[in-house]
Amino acid sequence: MKQTTLHARHVALGARMIDFGGWDMPVTYSDIATEHAAVRQSAGLFDLGHMGRIAISGPDGRTLVQKSQTNDLERIPEGQIRYALLLADDGGVIDDILVHNRGHDVYLVVNASNREVVLAHLAELARGLQVTIDDQSERIGMIAVQGPRSPEIVQQLTAIDLSELGYYRLAEGLIGDIEGMITRTGYTGEDGFELYLPVDAIGPLWDRVIEIGGDLVRPCGLGARDTLRLEAGMPLYGHEIDRGINPVEAGLMFGVRLKKPDYPGRTVLEKVKAEGPARQMTGLVVEGRRIPRQGYAVLKNGNPVGAVCSGTWSPTFEKGIATALVASGALADHDGFEIDIRGKRAPARVVAIPFYKRDGSGSLNV
Amino acid sequence: MRPDDRKYLKSHEWVKVDGDVAYVGITDYAVSHLSDLVFLDLPDVGTDLMANEPFGEIESVKAVSDLYCPVTAEVLEQNEELLGDLGILGKDPFEKGWMLKVRLQKPNELNDLLDAAGYEKAIQEDESH
Repeated sequence: MKQTTLHARHVALGARMIDFGGWDMPVTYSDIATEHAAVRQSAGLFDLGHMGRIAISGPDGRTLVQKSQTNDLERIPEGQIRYALLLADDGGVIDDILVHNRGHDVYLVVNASNREVVLAHLAELARGLQVTIDDQSERIGMIAVQGPRSPEIVQQLTAIDLSELGYYRLAEGLIGDIEGMITRTGYTGEDGFELYLPVDAIGPLWDRVIEIGGDLVRPCGLGARDTLRLEAGMPLYGHEIDRGINPVEAGLMFGVRLKKPDYPGRTVLEKVKAEGPARQMTGLVVEGRRIPRQGYAVLKNGNPVGAVCSGTWSPTFEKGIATALVASGALADHDGFEIDIRGKRAPARVVAIPFYKRDGSGSLNV
Repeated sequence: MRPDDRKYLKSHEWVKVDGDVAYVGITDYAVSHLSDLVFLDLPDVGTDLMANEPFGEIESVKAVSDLYCPVTAEVLEQNEELLGDLGILGKDPFEKGWMLKVRLQKPNELNDLLDAAGYEKAIQEDESH
């Protein structure tokens, strides 16, 4: 199994490790509830070394970015970041990515488990173009500091003025005394930052965050990362999106521009959008303490109308929550929904995604 | 070393005989590996349990696990206090954290179970995998 440069630190901290897309990663250092609360109330520190990092440059670099993903690079100003999708010809999702317009190149951050597939997809579309596809995943490391207290911690690491760095903006410059990148992004629903440095500098950076952060910051594993992202309604590849789900169904059209130069899947999406999707992603809140999990049937008046994509016990709301793909017709009204939890039916309430927003406007915030 | 006044299953349940009844629960090892427990489902009083068959389930944020009964027995009582506060399992899985009080129907089955030393060995093998 692959290890990030921080692996020995995770083991020394007593983390429980699991296989995540071929990487031996920490699931928790203490317990999920504690780590989740740290991010919601103070700050959490995450190892993201497993993610894929790909720089695209060269004379035709922008052309490749335009023809390979769903967002419109012409509408992403230099220094800004957007969510986007890579689609197959049938509109199914190959991966969800962040597109960073750095001016001198376009930086794509992709899911660990999809890195090879994404690289192959890009190489295919790059045929005949003058472009450099530089997979920096092994060379550049990455950590995240997330939570309301993260600005004061991260500011002590850099001369970059973070008060000037808006949401989904990037800045390149010195972190400590080494050139790197800071972005105001994350996968938790909180304010926070992702920090990129050469892989040899990541260990000392991790140690420095713990030293500066003291009681304010806590290392967090993939367990809390999952409960945080699900409360915040952020999709996870293999759950809310995969090759068999298109972005219209998944409710991800905010990352899709239909009016831009052509890319795989675009015409299919135009059609699905015009006709209306057969299924729709919806949020569900479940009665009781049983947890809905991926694949469990969603019932309406006793008849199957869909399936759970992700489910967990929400530490913030102390309720079972789920995302589910449900037949559009069944959502005409919100009555009579249940989830079949291993043979026992739990009443479920349809709610909007996200469940949690830090400004208090999530569907379960009120 | 875990308490040697009782017998264990490889799947991390224990059974402790007390006169003509017995108590069934799970070990600290199981509790630490489950972590973030949210739900415990136990069989009703009067249910007949089969040795080595699932009798209930315990659910954590990450996963749901079946609970196995070490012995053939009838359920006499559920630990109501535990059902109300799964946190007890983290503090005292061997005494206050018992799950079921049962009447043994085949006491000879106890001879097939692991003692504390045997269980210790089983989890060491588990860890090395």
